[in-house]
Amino acid sequence: MDWNFIIFSLVKIAVVVGVVQGMVAYSVLAERKISAWIQDRVGPNRAAPPFMKYIPVLGPFLTRLGIFQPLADGLKFMFKEDFTPAGVRQIYFWLAPAIAVVPAMLTVAVIPFGSQIGNQHMVIADLNIGILYTFGIVSLGVYGIVLAGYAANSKYPFFGGIRSSAQMISYEISMGMSIIPVLLIVGNLNLSQIINWQSTHGWLVMYAPISFVIFMVASFAETNRTPFDLPEAETELVGGYHTEYSSMKFALFFLAEYSNMVASSAMMVTLFFGGWSLPFFGLDHVAGPGSLGLGIAHILIFVAKLLFFMVLFIWVRWMFPRFRYDQLMDLGWRRFLPLALVNILITAVWLYLRS
Amino acid sequence: MPALPDILFYVFAALTLLCGVLVVANPLSRSPVTSAMFLVLTIISMSGLFVLLHAFFLGIVQIIVYAGAVMVLFLFVIMLLDLKEEARRKFKFFGIGAGLISFAAIVFIMLKSLKSAAPDANNPVGDGDTASLGKLLFTQYTLPFEVVSVLLLVAMVGVILLCKKKLE
Repeated sequence: MDWNFIIFSLVKIAVVVGVVQGMVAYSVLAERKISAWIQDRVGPNRAAPPFMKYIPVLGPFLTRLGIFQPLADGLKFMFKEDFTPAGVRQIYFWLAPAIAVVPAMLTVAVIPFGSQIGNQHMVIADLNIGILYTFGIVSLGVYGIVLAGYAANSKYPFFGGIRSSAQMISYEISMGMSIIPVLLIVGNLNLSQIINWQSTHGWLVMYAPISFVIFMVASFAETNRTPFDLPEAETELVGGYHTEYSSMKFALFFLAEYSNMVASSAMMVTLFFGGWSLPFFGLDHVAGPGSLGLGIAHILIFVAKLLFFMVLFIWVRWMFPRFRYDQLMDLGWRRFLPLALVNILITAVWLYLRS
Repeated sequence: MPALPDILFYVFAALTLLCGVLVVANPLSRSPVTSAMFLVLTIISMSGLFVLLHAFFLGIVQIIVYAGAVMVLFLFVIMLLDLKEEARRKFKFFGIGAGLISFAAIVFIMLKSLKSAAPDANNPVGDGDTASLGKLLFTQYTLPFEVVSVLLLVAMVGVILLCKKKLE
């Protein structure tokens, strides 16, 4: 066995999972701050460790920014009573949050988050079927929500679970169809190869803009975010599928939602916006073993692009009203699916004429 | 010490068989949802076997299509119908007979096709990647491929026809 490979893989897994978790915690804060700005409020500005007030200038400033809020949130989730209502289906009630989180975390395994540092490629698993792997894992994520709705054994969570399973299956089809033009153009399923193609030919969003629009809207639906957050529509369904959950189990659903956001943003960056590459300053080449700075710059570029899409996710949530359920299904099946199919046809014809 | 793929083969094979048995004969639960979830596990461990055969595309498509879409719809229907725990049924002679005959037919077809395809372990046709699979499907196996797609199309048309309340 190749110990070098095992050790470096473990390090990469630990770092990526840690960074994603940190991003999740702070995107919750970003969500609260951005929503506050949009609604002309202040947002979280109180939580701070006790010694913070003795640090001049910096202490109050950090407190005002609210950067200690995620720590307080995390502590609260861990120490709150984990209440299991009578009449729930025990096994599924415990299993559902775990099933929701695991696929959300697994998706990031194939995403190249940088080019190379030393001899190590900055991707956990450089699969030849990278895109299909993400689609497979994402399609398993729906079980967490469906089972949560079923396990709660009460009406509103059940509605939430049913709604989400119908919604996620519908939009998975549009999503899968939308990336076929990308695959036709690049001719490869490997995400690293797709990025390499983009660094020489330019970003794919210029070649397949319709694909990008469909993929983006579908990923909003897949992550159950507004304007498609019908599975947890508060006004109709109390809290949707997680109504009966409390404490850490509830937090796991949030963790899954935000990890899915991170994963979808990463997919959008990788598929349509050149991944870790930038078309100027010579930043589009794979960093060689000698150029450590370039490797780190690539990771930073990737994270910056990722954060842009995270902010987009959050911004859309607070700017747009929720769809009605029939509108959601109409959009998915009768507009996006035909559009995606036509898009495939046009791309195929264009590629044939050009060759 | 045996190689890692060999150990993984036995793990996945055992998981597939165990979960497959638990789908139909679970001593602890008669709930249809539990059966459906074990079927999902069976499908996932089967795709593990495909991956060990270097058939990555087949393995992942197995998960996308069966575990990700078909089984979710199964679960959907089970939940909407609100099936209660199934009562323990007596075995019927006709059921056993029909089951055995279809099982024998499937085994016969499998053996026959394996024999005609005669896969050579030392000299595989393709390395299981998507490109070579696609090439084979659109050159050597065009006719079976098209027949299967027409079959699927007919099934889809049939479903739409059945779902329509009234034909104008």
